[in-house]
Amino acid sequence: MAFLSVRDLKVHFPTVDGIVKATDGLSFDLEKGKTLGIVGESGSGKSVSSSAILGLHRKTSAMVSGEILLDGTDLLKLSDEQMRRRRGKDVAMIFQDPLSAMHPYYTVGNQVAEAYRVHHNVSKKVAKARAVEMLDRVGIPQPDRRVDDYPHQFSGGMRQRAMIAMGLINNPSLLIADEPTTALDVTVQAQILDLLQDLQKEFESAVIIITHDLGVIAEMADDVLVMYAGRAVEYGSGNEILTHPEMPYTWGLLSSVPDVTGDTEARLIPIPGNPPSLLNPPSGCAFHPRCAHRDKVPGDLCVTTLPELAPGTRTETHLKRCHLANPDVVYEQEILPEIAPELVEEKQA
Amino acid sequence: MYAYVIRRLFVGVIMLIAMSLVTFVLFFASPIDPARYACGKNCSPELREQTRKALGYDKPVVVQWTDFLKGVVQGRDYPDDPELRAAAPELVTHCPAPCFGYSVVNTKTVNEEIKEAFPVSLSISIAALVLWLFFGVLFGVIAAIRRGTVIDRGIVAVALVLYAFPAFFIGLFLLKFIAIKWQLVDVPVYTPIAEGGVGGWLSSLLLPAITLAVLYMAGYVRMTRAFVLESMTEDYVRTARAKGLRSPRVMVKHTMRAALTPLVTLIGLDFAGLMGGAIITETVFNYNGLGKLAYDATLTNDLPTIIGLVLLLGTFVIAANIIVDVLYAVIDPRVRVG
Repeated sequence: MAFLSVRDLKVHFPTVDGIVKATDGLSFDLEKGKTLGIVGESGSGKSVSSSAILGLHRKTSAMVSGEILLDGTDLLKLSDEQMRRRRGKDVAMIFQDPLSAMHPYYTVGNQVAEAYRVHHNVSKKVAKARAVEMLDRVGIPQPDRRVDDYPHQFSGGMRQRAMIAMGLINNPSLLIADEPTTALDVTVQAQILDLLQDLQKEFESAVIIITHDLGVIAEMADDVLVMYAGRAVEYGSGNEILTHPEMPYTWGLLSSVPDVTGDTEARLIPIPGNPPSLLNPPSGCAFHPRCAHRDKVPGDLCVTTLPELAPGTRTETHLKRCHLANPDVVYEQEILPEIAPELVEEKQA
Repeated sequence: MYAYVIRRLFVGVIMLIAMSLVTFVLFFASPIDPARYACGKNCSPELREQTRKALGYDKPVVVQWTDFLKGVVQGRDYPDDPELRAAAPELVTHCPAPCFGYSVVNTKTVNEEIKEAFPVSLSISIAALVLWLFFGVLFGVIAAIRRGTVIDRGIVAVALVLYAFPAFFIGLFLLKFIAIKWQLVDVPVYTPIAEGGVGGWLSSLLLPAITLAVLYMAGYVRMTRAFVLESMTEDYVRTARAKGLRSPRVMVKHTMRAALTPLVTLIGLDFAGLMGGAIITETVFNYNGLGKLAYDATLTNDLPTIIGLVLLLGTFVIAANIIVDVLYAVIDPRVRVG
């Protein structure tokens, strides 16, 4: 049994117009010390799923079902109080925009120390010393002085470092980073990712990193889960998915990554259309209205039948949710020349 | 920060001077002739001119206004007639600086009028503020926490109904039923602390304070509810929950601290406005506060009293604005200069 095992996770929000299925049957495994990258467009259910792991959904507004087994314990069966005791201690989360995710009226030190005190019965002084230690660990210069600063006095990268300090202060065994670099400069992004990797090694935590940036995935993730309309559409090891994707949506994501080296003829190809409504998702495969490869599937299969998340043409652990019979061929012949012609040339040479 | 406050005070004084001029101009722009009004029923044109002169309304508006400003700085004699002062000093009222005028109608200086009426208005305002703030914020927070439930809807509905009642209705209702018909409390008569002690003072304020508090409370319930609900969706509240904090702590330390900041502005301005006199409430309960004074002065075309009250209210509002802005810097570290 994996350290974290999510089985058939569903997060549904009842609204006056009907049920919004933000996450609809998500399953994945994650071992200690490993990193899972969850990729997808806005509204694909990435953040909703991770919030469910942390038990952040209010019972009045969300229906969460399935199993979230952390070290053998089903988090969804815990009482509110039991879950609260684990939150921030066993499972911690780093949020996207550290400016809005930190309270503007309290000092950074106060907020970091608060995360420690809530799970450790120590004095304010001890907690503050621990906060200084943690700020130092995440690379904030002069932490004993900066600890009394307010979030708005920090730069964006420093704030994200402070958020990481807050998340890791209790040495959690599972860390969820929800788009940790989206709000940051590119140069700072790399530093933050390096920091996260270092800390992961040091603390042996399992990390879930949520992003729509495939660069972050390439850098960080051991495993990758691609989400679309609340479901996993492709799941496998990071290397596999980035080099041999087998689902048209993943192809679309790869095609829309800008190539800044400029020495290729590669074009930036956006995915046509908009993310689907989660209230009335398209029938069959939710991606079919935007899929350029529908005509390769016989009949109306894409419109009528939801494909299973099943092994593709390559390995047993590389799962894809697509009706295409030969996605590997389509990728080699149609997609790769478009997005990375230099790779094709290399192969031919 | 000090430089900022001094600059604001300076601007405030200029605004008050402008306000006094506007009040003068508006008073004389009205079709009612104050001399004709003061002169009485059988008024010959000669008598009217005599009255006008006696009241000082014969001079040009600008001269009257500069005389007024001079009085504020130097003090004034009423009537300002050196011969009369030499002949019969007991007929001349000296009004020391800062002199805001002399009310012929009430035969008192405006300063004396305000000195008598101010404690009444201040008492009612404080009592009302405590009531409406406590219950307004309490019910507002409860409604926000229980949003969408019967409790929330009940609180919002009651607040809306109360908000719709005019002050004179609530005041008259309390007076007529609670005090007179059912005799649950004595008919309220203002009692200073010096006479009735703190208990007597408080009980004399009960009905007028409730009247005012009900009105303001309704607004504060709805605003507190909205601010708290908005604050509950903030990212930093989610962060606080993600840390594993207990709900009460998330609510008090993280949600309410942010939600109640905008209330400070409202409290400052509402309280300043009230101190300038709750006209309807004081009239209904016949309390001789600033509001009743303003009401009577308007009915009797008593320019000096009107000017004095306009400036007093203006001072309160300007002062409240400055205090609120300074308080903001204390509450919100992002506003702090430097």
